[in-house]
Amino acid sequence: MNNFEQYRRRFLGGALATAGAAMVPGLMLVEMAHSRAPEEAVSSKNRWGLLIDTTKCASGCTECVTACNTEHGLSGKTGPQDAQWIRKVELTHKKSGAQHSLPVMCQHCEEPPCVDVCPTGASFKRADGIVLVDRHICIGCRYCMMACPYKARSLVHEDLNDTQLAHMPRGKGCVESCTLCVHKIDAGENTTACAQACPEQAILFGDLNDAGSEIAQRLATYASKEIRADLGLNTGVRYTGI
Amino acid sequence: MQIINREIEGNSAGYWALLGGLGALILIGLFAAYNMEHHGHVITGMNNQIVWGLPHVFAVFLVVAASGALNVASVAGVFGKKAYKPLAPLSALLAIALLAGGLAVLMLDLGRADRAIITAWEVNPTSVFSWNVVLYSGFFGFTAAYLWTMLDKTAKPFYGFAAYGAFIWRLILTTGTGLIFGFLVARQAFGTALLAPKFIVFSLLYGTAIYVLVLMPAYIWGQRALGDEVLRRLKNMLVVFIAASFYMTLVYHLTNVYFAKQWDFERFILQDGGIYTILFWLGQVVIGYLVPFILLVAPNTRNSRSMLMASAVMIVLGALAQMYVTIVGGQAFPLEMFPGFIEKSSFFDGEIHAYTPSHWEWMLGIGGTAIALAMVVFAVKVLRILPESLADDVVDPHAKK
Ligand code: SF4
Ligand code: SF4
Repeated sequence: MNNFEQYRRRFLGGALATAGAAMVPGLMLVEMAHSRAPEEAVSSKNRWGLLIDTTKCASGCTECVTACNTEHGLSGKTGPQDAQWIRKVELTHKKSGAQHSLPVMCQHCEEPPCVDVCPTGASFKRADGIVLVDRHICIGCRYCMMACPYKARSLVHEDLNDTQLAHMPRGKGCVESCTLCVHKIDAGENTTACAQACPEQAILFGDLNDAGSEIAQRLATYASKEIRADLGLNTGVRYTGI
Repeated sequence: MQIINREIEGNSAGYWALLGGLGALILIGLFAAYNMEHHGHVITGMNNQIVWGLPHVFAVFLVVAASGALNVASVAGVFGKKAYKPLAPLSALLAIALLAGGLAVLMLDLGRADRAIITAWEVNPTSVFSWNVVLYSGFFGFTAAYLWTMLDKTAKPFYGFAAYGAFIWRLILTTGTGLIFGFLVARQAFGTALLAPKFIVFSLLYGTAIYVLVLMPAYIWGQRALGDEVLRRLKNMLVVFIAASFYMTLVYHLTNVYFAKQWDFERFILQDGGIYTILFWLGQVVIGYLVPFILLVAPNTRNSRSMLMASAVMIVLGALAQMYVTIVGGQAFPLEMFPGFIEKSSFFDGEIHAYTPSHWEWMLGIGGTAIALAMVVFAVKVLRILPESLADDVVDPHAKK
């Protein structure tokens, strides 16, 4: 099995993984509370997400963006046709002048419009809430880009010239977006490149379904926001401080 | 007098030159598609902000016009208006050809056009796109069957069924096309159920205009008689459809203005949008509605054939402007993620998005239009599409003079 194929199987939560999980049930139970072991199948027991504290996020800092680009082999260029999976948005309140800085990436919606509109099912949501594009069946129609309220997606406009990394297959003519570092989660790493890179610890990764996790507890304690909450998409990425 | 539909001669140098010219345009379009596939969409003006560009303007125009082109046939087949019967075969043929041209553009523009066929088996039942794949196939099926029942006497028993089927299907088809945009709830410009009826009304206007644009040259070049009666009927249809389109446009924008949330977007299109504002007022409203309307009703011009032809050309130009404003203008206006805040980012948040179509996109769009026209030019030679004569006494012997 080459790397790509291996990735694809994990990606789709293959049957092999289910079998693996069934063989070591005892071990699993202990593990489950915090993260998902690599052998275990993707399931709706988890709902992975991010909590972004905008009061910590520094204006002008782009460490998370750089880390994401490096992690996934993106060029980091910011022309209109270049792919950006995560970007820093600088906000100024029209009346008060209050300023905020925050990263925006795919919000991993529970009700993802991108998945609803995709004609082939290439855009899909895993049981654990991660929204991905299956690059093997994406036809590059860009309907998902039209549908996403967060402009989270990019089309690969030109040849990638072997800049691809083994764990992150990409392709000219296909659409892509933040994967919530699915390869890390599937390897049991339990974090994302952006969360690791943030010098201010403004990005917290975790399992929204696990009441004991830090992210769930913080969400239960402090007021948080979804971007465009009015659309009722129940995003997996939440913000505090705005 | 019996109306006889007959193949055109199609042996003149002019005929072959026309077909050859269209063939060349098709090749140019395919060449553009090849390049977009080979180099990627980097050679187009489209980007991650304006994701649907000029190809979609042409494609949606052709698809919408296709369903409208069937209108003449529906008037004959469904509403039983005898005078329109001889005109019906061309109407059905145009519908098929325009849809084929539009779909060709849509497919060749895909990031992975080589995978287009995947849509046939990887069907996502929630996707309006997937529904449209079914709708397009059904439209081809019904309209082809309808055409067949008109051309083949032995198929007569199915005429009514096919006529109704095609009529109902075309309404669903245009609704489906409108819904592609109507379902984009997050975007200020779209996300309204009004888009579907709006598209149906527009389709009547665009389809009828193209019908006129094909019928008149066909009869002039084919040296067949074309009486005033037929043209008068088509002209009257255009007048009604212009008025209806104008009304729909008005209602759409007034509703948007009424909802305060859409006010910024309306101000963009109607007042500050630069090219989009110009295209809206000058293209869609003045060239697309006002001038042709005046030409078609004013006493001095309403009986002139050249003015009818000119009006049809202007309606088509207005239609392309309308599609450009709707599709590209709708994307150029930035998504509002944080109400009350000014947004800035490396991904062009909070800015009006720029778009300049490249020559490749023009080539693809025009190539698709050429596919539709070439199909018509070829079909009238091999099928009995056009009546030998559309002189007044043939069309409607009892018409009052
Ligand atoms: S943020 Fe956009 S791309 Fe991500 S799941 Fe939601 S709709 Fe899809
Ligand atoms: S671009 Fe790809 S993922 Fe997006 S809607 Fe089209 S086929 Fe689906």
